[in-house]
This record gives sequence, structure tokens and C-alpha cells, in this order.
Amino acid sequence: MADLTRDDVLKLARLARLTVTDEEADRYREELSAILQYVELLQQADLTGLEPTSQVTGLKNVTRDDQVVDYGTSPDDLLRLAPASEGRHIKVKRMIA
Amino acid sequence: MSQWLPIRELAAKVQAGELKASDLVEQALRTIEEKKEYDAIIATTAERARERAASIDAAVANGQPVGRLAGVPFIAKDNFLVFGAETTAASNILKGFNAPYQSTAIERLEAEGAICVAKANLDAFAHGSSTENSDFMTTKNPRDKTRVPGGSSGGSAASVVLEMAPFALGTDTGGSIRLPASFVGCVGYKPTYGLVSRYGVVAMASSTDVIGPLTRTVEDASAVLDVMSGQDQFDGTTIPRDEAGYIDLSADLKGKKIGIIKEYMSDDLDAEIKAKIQAGIGKLKDAGAEITELSLPSLPLALAVYYIVCPAEVSSNLSRYDGQRYPSSAEDAKDLDESYMLTRGRGFGAEAKRRIMIGTYVLSSGYYDAYYNKAQTVRTKIINEFNEAFGQVDFLVGPTAPMTAFKIGENSEDPLQMYLTDIMTVAVNMAGVPAISIPVGDINGLPVGLQLIAQQRQDRALLGAARAAEKVLA
Repeated sequence: MADLTRDDVLKLARLARLTVTDEEADRYREELSAILQYVELLQQADLTGLEPTSQVTGLKNVTRDDQVVDYGTSPDDLLRLAPASEGRHIKVKRMIA
Repeated sequence: MSQWLPIRELAAKVQAGELKASDLVEQALRTIEEKKEYDAIIATTAERARERAASIDAAVANGQPVGRLAGVPFIAKDNFLVFGAETTAASNILKGFNAPYQSTAIERLEAEGAICVAKANLDAFAHGSSTENSDFMTTKNPRDKTRVPGGSSGGSAASVVLEMAPFALGTDTGGSIRLPASFVGCVGYKPTYGLVSRYGVVAMASSTDVIGPLTRTVEDASAVLDVMSGQDQFDGTTIPRDEAGYIDLSADLKGKKIGIIKEYMSDDLDAEIKAKIQAGIGKLKDAGAEITELSLPSLPLALAVYYIVCPAEVSSNLSRYDGQRYPSSAEDAKDLDESYMLTRGRGFGAEAKRRIMIGTYVLSSGYYDAYYNKAQTVRTKIINEFNEAFGQVDFLVGPTAPMTAFKIGENSEDPLQMYLTDIMTVAVNMAGVPAISIPVGDINGLPVGLQLIAQQRQDRALLGAARAAEKVLA
């Protein structure tokens, strides 16, 4: 399971929206396979009766009052960062060719 | 003797009008310029720093309050959103990004009068252990320019040793504060997970990312933590600060139980490092600590857990960099999909791409249980072992890293070898416990760090023990 093929790498790159060159794909195939082989170490752990942990300090469902909070940043401040905008909208390339 | 006084003394002199904030800022900027060749700094925030210093000096002259860190210059790792310079996380994809707001940590430091003077180099997006993964440049170790300063907060750590400012900020996801502190010979503090707000800091692995100070002394680290820590409405994972705060520590090791982590002191450990750490532990014992040895058998699995959990969270966090909202996108794309592909393909470096793809793989359906779920379950096992250990001792001790600073280029061709530098720091992040690296001496002119670890939320006790340890180790 840990040995990736070149096609696997190209598929992962596509899923993650990354272009990779042919040369890169070969290198990543080796490197990613080595990393996945290393993490196989976990197969030896006895995990009987244990549940996964994703939050380490035990916080649960942190909520706040449903009130508008001023973050001190205006929509205009954020719009100014966009490479292209029109009126109050961020402009992107066409989605359907 | 450092050119900088201890942080609280420095602030007291500014408050009293004996020192001018403007002079301190100029002193910092001058040192940054003089030590340029180390490539520790990506950009200065000179203009804004000078304005802030002038307004602090004016406030002092008018008898107005100026804050607990009045006029103290500092350097932020370039993954903190800060006004006055671009925030790039040392990545090409964020080049040209001017933060529309500042991180909570920076806001809190500024509210107490501290002044950010520059942004420090790092491995791009904090992915690395040497700063060699920076898309811009590799920082040189102040002790030996042919060696790395460690990473990912390598620019911050180097800047402290080069005396560019009294303190620097770093982030620690798998060891990124402690490892460079160990490699350059300064203090690096990693707080309990959630003690310092992550709001406005470029996210890497959100379940382990923490923010902390790099300083010359433990006392300086506690002065900075005292100002930055505590709950923040903009970060739901923050926890309350200790009611006693983190300054005016009782620095005493007498009767403190310290456990040596057996797994970090095995026969595989470099003999010279082992001897240094043992000698350091001997001094802690002479200072009154009760030393025992403990086994945490799952710790050697922590790095494997990390290299599933971290890339998984990285692939999710880095998906936001698609070039559409900020800062720039590929001009030559014919449609939106190609714009994503080209912007990300060109803007991310090799290590970011590796982590994004590994993360995409381990989270994909069919592999999720075998990798991600398994890793998070081993994480529980590691947490349980820490909890058991802290039922028996107050603190755990061991080396920060299994090596001293390595040569630039030595590990850069082998990502897995580079990952192994974090083997003694990552378990702490998986459990969310606080830890500190303190200098314990040199081997062939290269610093070695001793790591002290405490139970979650015992940051005050840990800093007190570290302060006492620092005195006997110096």
C-alpha cells in the first residue's frame, strides 16, 4: 500500500490542484513512498480500547454569543488584496470553458 | 555581555525616561544591518517601528502610561501577520501579501509597548528543520556560518543570538521553536497548546501549532509569555492563563521530581550529546532535584504520528492559497481550474507540495482509517503515557535534539532524514504539553539544548524550574 506509482502522484497532484513536471513526479514518487513506508511503524502499536484524539486540551463545542463582532477589518480592506475585482466582487477566470 | 538589558529592566528604563524607545529601535535596526550576511531577516518594519517608538517617547514625556514592555524591540517570524511589511511565511505564493490585520500575539505585545522591528526567515510555511526550505534564502548559524540554525524558526533563533533584538517570536508545530534554540544556543519556549492565540498566524497543523518566544534567558521568555497568553475571542482553542501569571517565578529545584525519558537517552544517542545531557541532569540533582528514570514506550512512534497528522492538516490549511483572493494569481491561465493549478504549482516549494500530497493521500477515502485514524489513536496512547508519567514526576527531561547543528546542504536531499531531526520534540506537540529548550553547553563549539517538559497548563511551574536550571547549567 505504501509504494506509490507515478500515476498515483499525478492523481494526488491533480486532487490538490498542483502542477508537477514529469521530473518532479518521479522524485515525489520516491520521496512520498519513503515517507509512507516510515509511517508504517504505527502498524506495530497495540491500540486496543483506545479512541482517536484530535483536540488535546479537552475543549468541546466552544461557542460565543450570536452577536456581530467588529474585527476592525472592512470588506474594502479585504477586497483590495484581490488580484482582480469588480465593484464589491472578486473577479476570477471563467469556470466553464 | 549582551548589548540588551533583560526585557523588564529595559522597559522600566523606557518608562522612567532613562532610555528612549527611538534609540532602542535604531540600535536594533543597526544591528540587523550589520549582521545582514546571516540572512536571518526577510524585511524590516523600520518606518512603522520608528513611528511607534516616537509615540511611546512622546507619551513618556507627557507622563502617560506606556505599557509593561515599553520600547522593547522584537522580531517576528514571517508567518505572523504584522503591519509595516509583507507577510510571506517565506513562500513565493504569499509574496506581495500585506496583512489587513495583525495577529493577536502582536496586538497584545504592541498594547504593552513592545515594537516589532523586523520579520525573520523560516522554512516556507514553517515546513522544515533548517530554514533550507525557505523559498528565499537559508539562514546561517551564528556560531558557524557553514551550518544551519535549525528550523523552522531559524531566523528568529539566529536573530536573538546575533542580538538584533531582545526577543523574537516563533511557532512550534513539531519542534520549530525548541530545535533552533538548541542549534544556536538560546532559550526556546513552547507553551501548552492554546495558551497563546493562533489568530493571525499562518496556519500549519492547527491541532499542534503554538506560538512562543525565543530569548537569551528564561526570565525574558516568561516576560513575553506573560503578555501574549490567555483566551482570545478570535481563537476558539485558547485556554485561560494561569491566575498567577508567568513572571516573578519561584525558581527552585529543591524537592522537584524530574524523570529522565529513557527512550530519549538510549544507546543509539550520540555519546557526546548523551554525556552533555547527563552532566546537565547531574547539576539539576546537585541543585536539589530528585532524579528518576521513566519509560514512555510509545514516544518513538510520535514522529510517525506527526508525519500523518501534520501533512493532513497542512493539506487542508494550505488549500486556501488558491491565488484568487490574495495576493496574485497566474495571469496566463485560461480558466479558473487552471488558475488554481498554475498558481499553486508555481507558488509552493517542494516541501509544501510533498506535505500537501501526503496529506491528500492519508485523508482520501479508503486510506483514512489506515493512516489518519490510526495516527490519532496512537496519539491517545502517547497522551496517556505522558499523563501516567506526570502522575509520578513534576517534569520530564532529555535532549532537545539528537544532534548539534548540521552543515547547510547535509540533509536537504533527503526529506525523511530531515524529518528525523524532530524525533525528540514532536511527542510534546502531539500531547499539547509545554516544553522548553535551555542551553547546556557546547560540543566542538556547537550548542546543545536540554529539554524540560511539564504537564499541560503547568507553564508557570515549568518556567520556574527552567529558571533554576538555567542558573546551574550556565
